[in-house]
Amino acid sequence: MRLRVLFVLLLILPLLAMGEAKPLGDDPAVEARLKALSQELRCLVCQNQTLADSAAPLAEDLRQEIREKIAQGMSDKEITDYLVARYGNFVRYRPPVESQTLLLWVGPSLLLIAGFTGLWLTLRRRNSLLPDDIEKGEDA
Amino acid sequence: MRPYLKYLLPLAIFIVLVGFFVVGLKLDPRVVPSPLINKPAPAFRLPQMGEASKSFSPEDMRGKVWLLNVWASWCTACREEHPLLMDMSRQVDIPLVGMDYKDTDAEASAVLQQAGNPYRMVAVDRDGRVGIDYGVYGVPETYVIDKQGIIRYKQIGPITEEVLNEKIMPLLKGLQ
Repeated sequence: MRLRVLFVLLLILPLLAMGEAKPLGDDPAVEARLKALSQELRCLVCQNQTLADSAAPLAEDLRQEIREKIAQGMSDKEITDYLVARYGNFVRYRPPVESQTLLLWVGPSLLLIAGFTGLWLTLRRRNSLLPDDIEKGEDA
Repeated sequence: MRPYLKYLLPLAIFIVLVGFFVVGLKLDPRVVPSPLINKPAPAFRLPQMGEASKSFSPEDMRGKVWLLNVWASWCTACREEHPLLMDMSRQVDIPLVGMDYKDTDAEASAVLQQAGNPYRMVAVDRDGRVGIDYGVYGVPETYVIDKQGIIRYKQIGPITEEVLNEKIMPLLKGLQ
């Protein structure tokens, strides 16, 4: 019996010691905003990583910079603008809709429309063929 | 559909695609156009390397066309461009100011002692704060700044002979 109590205690005790790993910064609210914001920003050094993921020294510096800007009470937009002013729109993972980026935004829809138009035209033409034509292998 | 169109259309699409690829091949994804071009060089005041009592600010260079070269002793690409900077500092009378980026004075001055010092002066940006203001993300980077303190050109990565002769030198001549 005593052994069983000990066993249960052994199982329970680690639960008490468990807790979330402490973030590096002090204020959890600041860290949460930093995390959300840096996931929207690109690391300039390793370009396919977000600022949140990157271990590059510059990314660490920029995270620290953002942390301070949050502490100063700047809004997310102000901080993003601050970075865009220095590194250009490239730092944003979601490029803004502008004349320069319009093709990027509407391009996929245009391709989709073109694809469906092509499909529709082909199907319509195929429907209008006589069974004889198909047997003969004439499709034009 | 006219019969010849059936063959010409894929060919036309193919040619357009190849066109995109050829242009794409020539673009360097590591070069991000700087939004700072034709904007005033961000202000700063940093201590000078080796002379703790002196500081450097872009304000000091008003009225001059000058180059700001961001470098570091740990940056291997900087060593590549170093001989070119040495040549340039001997041949043309254009102030070349170094900015030692996230580095230690001891290591940086060791490099300059060993390989030569092409700089009029070197500002020390130890924590990289000024680097952020200048949008530095990969040293070496070089800025051409005109008499009014406007950034006219930014070279990302080492200056090559080609860049120097075809872009920077003509630009400097035009600005002076």
